This record gives sequence, C-alpha cells and structure tokens, in this order.
Amino acid sequence: MGYTITEKILLDHTQVKNIKPGDIIQVDVDFIMTNDISGPVSVKQFEKMGAKKVFDIERMAIILDHFTPNKDLSAAEACKTMRNFAEKYGIKNFYDAGSGIEHVIMHEKGYVKPGDLIIGGDSHTVTYGGLGAFSTGVGSTDLAGVMALGKIWLKVPSQLRFVYKGKIPEWVGGKDLIIYTIGQIGTDGARYKTMEFSGEVIKGLEIEDRLTMCNMAIEAGAKNGIIEPDDKTECYMREEIGITDYRVYKSDDDARYEATFEFDVSNLEPQVAVPFSPGNAKGVSEVTGIPIDQVVIGSCTNGRLKDLREAAKILKNNKVHPKVRAIIFPGSKKIYKQALKEGLIDIFINSGAMIAIPGCGVCFGGHMGVLAEGERAVSTTNRNFVGRMGHKSSEVFLSNPAVAAASAIKGVIAHPEEVV
Amino acid sequence: MIIQGRVFKFGDDLDTDAILPGQYLSISNPEELAKHCMEGYQQDFPQKIKQGDIFVGGSNFGCGSSREHAPIAIKAAGVSCVIAKSFARIFYRNGINIGLPLFECAEAYEGIDEGDTVQIDTNNGLIKNLTKATQFQAMPLPDFIKDIIMSGGLVEYVKNKLKNSRRISL
Repeated sequence: MGYTITEKILLDHTQVKNIKPGDIIQVDVDFIMTNDISGPVSVKQFEKMGAKKVFDIERMAIILDHFTPNKDLSAAEACKTMRNFAEKYGIKNFYDAGSGIEHVIMHEKGYVKPGDLIIGGDSHTVTYGGLGAFSTGVGSTDLAGVMALGKIWLKVPSQLRFVYKGKIPEWVGGKDLIIYTIGQIGTDGARYKTMEFSGEVIKGLEIEDRLTMCNMAIEAGAKNGIIEPDDKTECYMREEIGITDYRVYKSDDDARYEATFEFDVSNLEPQVAVPFSPGNAKGVSEVTGIPIDQVVIGSCTNGRLKDLREAAKILKNNKVHPKVRAIIFPGSKKIYKQALKEGLIDIFINSGAMIAIPGCGVCFGGHMGVLAEGERAVSTTNRNFVGRMGHKSSEVFLSNPAVAAASAIKGVIAHPEEVV
Repeated sequence: MIIQGRVFKFGDDLDTDAILPGQYLSISNPEELAKHCMEGYQQDFPQKIKQGDIFVGGSNFGCGSSREHAPIAIKAAGVSCVIAKSFARIFYRNGINIGLPLFECAEAYEGIDEGDTVQIDTNNGLIKNLTKATQFQAMPLPDFIKDIIMSGGLVEYVKNKLKNSRRISL
C-alpha cells in the first residue's frame, strides 16, 4: 500500500516505520514560527516549562504582525515581550512591525521548503502546503513545547483528495476554487484531515494561488492543505527564493484516501462567501448589487504580488466609489517595494484607495478598518464570522482580489466584467 | 474527578471570534480574558457565567483561529468542562494542553438542554444529566492525551521531559 505526500513527509520526520490515519506519532520539526499574539503566551509557558534555550535558534522565526505598529499599550507590551525574548534567546530571524505578514515572510525568506514539516502559532500556518510542505497551526502552549523540544505529537490525519478538472474561466483563481470547495464540503468537512489539491487545474495554478488555496484549508477544519511540488514549485524556489536543496515527495498511485472529490470548474464563476461562514459559497452573480461600505485587499490569503496586480488591473483609470473606503495592504515589505516599482501603488492611490502597512490587523477587526454597526465589507481575507471585522451586526463577504476591486469601484458587490 | 455544573448550550461551528473577539488578543492575563469570554456570542455573556458551569456545543466547537486565549478565557471564567459533538482540531489541543477538560459526545448534545445540571466523571467519560436522569458515554481519551493530562498539562509534561533529558546528558 502506498502513501500520500502528507503521509510521506510525516514518515520521514518520525521514528516509526509505518503509519496510518489515527496513529499518534511524535515528529521532528524543521521550522517554527510565532507572532505578537500567540507569542507572549508561548513565552510564558516556555519559561514555566523550565526551558533554558530554544531547540535551534536558526529554525525559529518571530514575526510581529497582528497589532503592529503597536495599536495600544497592551499591544506595545506584547511586542516588547517578543522583542526581549528574541534578544535573550538569540533569535535572529526576527521581524518587527511593518516587515510583513508571517505567512508571506515565511516563504519569502526561504524558511519554507518543499517536504519540510513546519509548526506555527497561527491557524493559517497551513498556507505553506502550497509549496509541498506539511505545515499546521497550533496554540501557544503547544508551540512552547516545540520551542523547547523541537518535537510535537501529531495524529496522522485521514487523507482527502480534491481533483479539479476542466478549463479554469477568466476571473477565477485559487480563492474561488477554495471557497467553492469549502461550500461543497462544509466548514467541518475536512476536520482533522488533510486536503490534498490536485488535477490539471491545480497544475496550471501559479504559486500564489496554491498558497491561497492551502491557506483556507483551515476554514474547512483541515489539519493541513497540500499540493505536490512540480516544475512551477521548483522554478519558484530557484528563481524567487534561491533554494534548490530540498526533498520532493509525491503521492503514490496506490495511496489510500478516505474520499476523493472531483470538480469540473469550467463553468465556475468567481465565488463569494457570504456572512457568516466561509462555507456560504455563492457565485458572484447571486450577490451582485449588494451595497458595501468597505473593501479590503490583502492578507495572508491574498496579499501577494499577483493579487495586487489583479486588483490594479481593475482599478487602473477607475475611481473607488465615494461611499467606499478601500484599504489595500501588501503582504510584506518586499511585495510593497515591488508594487511601488511596478506602479501598482500609484494606481491604487490615484483610484482613491488607501495603502496600509503590511500586517494582519484589518482582517480580524484587531487594528484599523474596523466596521461599524450594520456596515458591510467585501474582503479578500479568509474569515467572515460574526463580528470578525468589527461590530456583531457588520458583515464580511469574502472574494478574490478582482471582485473586491470591482466592488470598490461600483459601491456594490460587482463582477470584474462590469468595470473592464 | 467528578465535575458537576449548570449547562449553557450552543450550536454548531461556534468559532473562536465568538468565544474571544480579536480585539482582546493583545491581552494574555487569564483573569482579564475571562471578562470577555463569549462576548462575541453575546455581549453580556461574561456576567452570566458562574463557577463550575458547563458548556455544551454542537459540531466543530472552537473552529477558526489558533488563539489559546479562547480556551484560557473559558477556563478562567470558571467553566469546568466543555462537551461537544466534535471539536475543531487546534481548540482541542489547546484545551487539553491548558487542562480544560473536553469531551466529545454527540448523544449528550442531543440529550442535554440549556439550564440542565450535568455531572461528568473525567476518568471514564460518563456524562449524567441529573435534571433528566439520563446518561451518556463520551469518547474515551487516547492514552497519549491521558499522559499529558496525568502530567498536569503540557507544561508539566515538557518540564518532566527536559529534566529527564538533562539527567541523561549528565
């Protein structure tokens, strides 16, 4: 019997010779990451554990991105805790306010390689499956344990395979595929399981779209999302990151899956997840015309260069509707600089949009862009729970960057075709 | 250990933004977090919780973010146990790690109403609804997880591991 890519990565990081779904195994971790919200609790637990050092200071990154630049006094204290920790324990991979979003920095800096096993103190750590790594999020105490031991216990997840066929239509990308998929299986449809994305459509996707898909695997409850590395992955690692030394795992033909889902996406239209669940997937034509107050473009889901280019294509020579606040935040400093160089930032500012500092605050109603009672946003982020971006009665509609940009211009939820 | 308390009942997919809204995530003090427990679900909910109360939830309880602040707030608010049809993965790990007893039992969800008084034997997972005089058997905990609980949570578990490895290296 064969193994899937996820099972192969787990096997190569554990002492046991055979695994099956449901087994609890202890694995060696290649890299860990934390931020300014899960981090301070981890630091407290790490010290309570009596740990004297981080298992490997080269293999940990601390990225301050959630409430930065310091939103208030308590955020300032949290960031200070992390800054002091990095200094005390010698963590050089330290990224202070404005550097970018953790799940963008992690792959930009080469901390993620295909075949790696990565644990992060944030649920969207699943993002790196887009490069063929096994990565998953944990809470603060779990992360403190890995900081001390370099190991963690994991339950081998059941394997789900998603095969996408057909020809992907214009204006449809990774974001639409994942929203559609969550709509099909529900927000607990992959609970505790692996979502392996495959098929001709996935092979055609750019790395950014693959990262977007894996990023939202958690919204279906998944332990990890993953895509087999291919030529595009190798090209990305070599050209963009400058790394060629890593292990490529592929699923065996006789690997066992608990279930396989096949989707023909030839007729799929851009998807919108309506409040209050990422699983409430609808075709954009079902919701066009709904008035909005805010548009958010960015985040660990859709804050990469390709996403900004897509938004710029729509916003070029157009104006954001006077009743809409459009907030655009590049995923990292590197992306910000490149967007400047390409003239994207000019396009955004000329359109009437505002540029925010790379970070996570807007996405979770934590810092900037908070919605008032009854307000409505179209956002390229990943969650639209009750009160996610502000008041309990406010609403978030999740979409791809092109739909968000078109909606910003029209002042209502709109299809990109309406403005180009 | 026997836990007994009054029940608050919730539906499916109770997310961590409902349990602890994102705006409070820069706080890490448990007592402060407790003041906002379930505020995203109902504004005045924190005032309703009494020491020993039990939460009963539907499927995918605690879905969403990895914020350990959510189970910390529940525990610090005085909630003694959470029973659910199923738990979201990260919430489950977090709860176990900080010593918040969690039990999966779909039948109990169906057979318990808000306000009922419920008793749980944490050793064998037997759940008794004292109000309705019915009982349910929760899924037993895997041995590995029992080890962590027996150690007193993950902090103690790792502390022991570190002590042992130092002894070996000496």
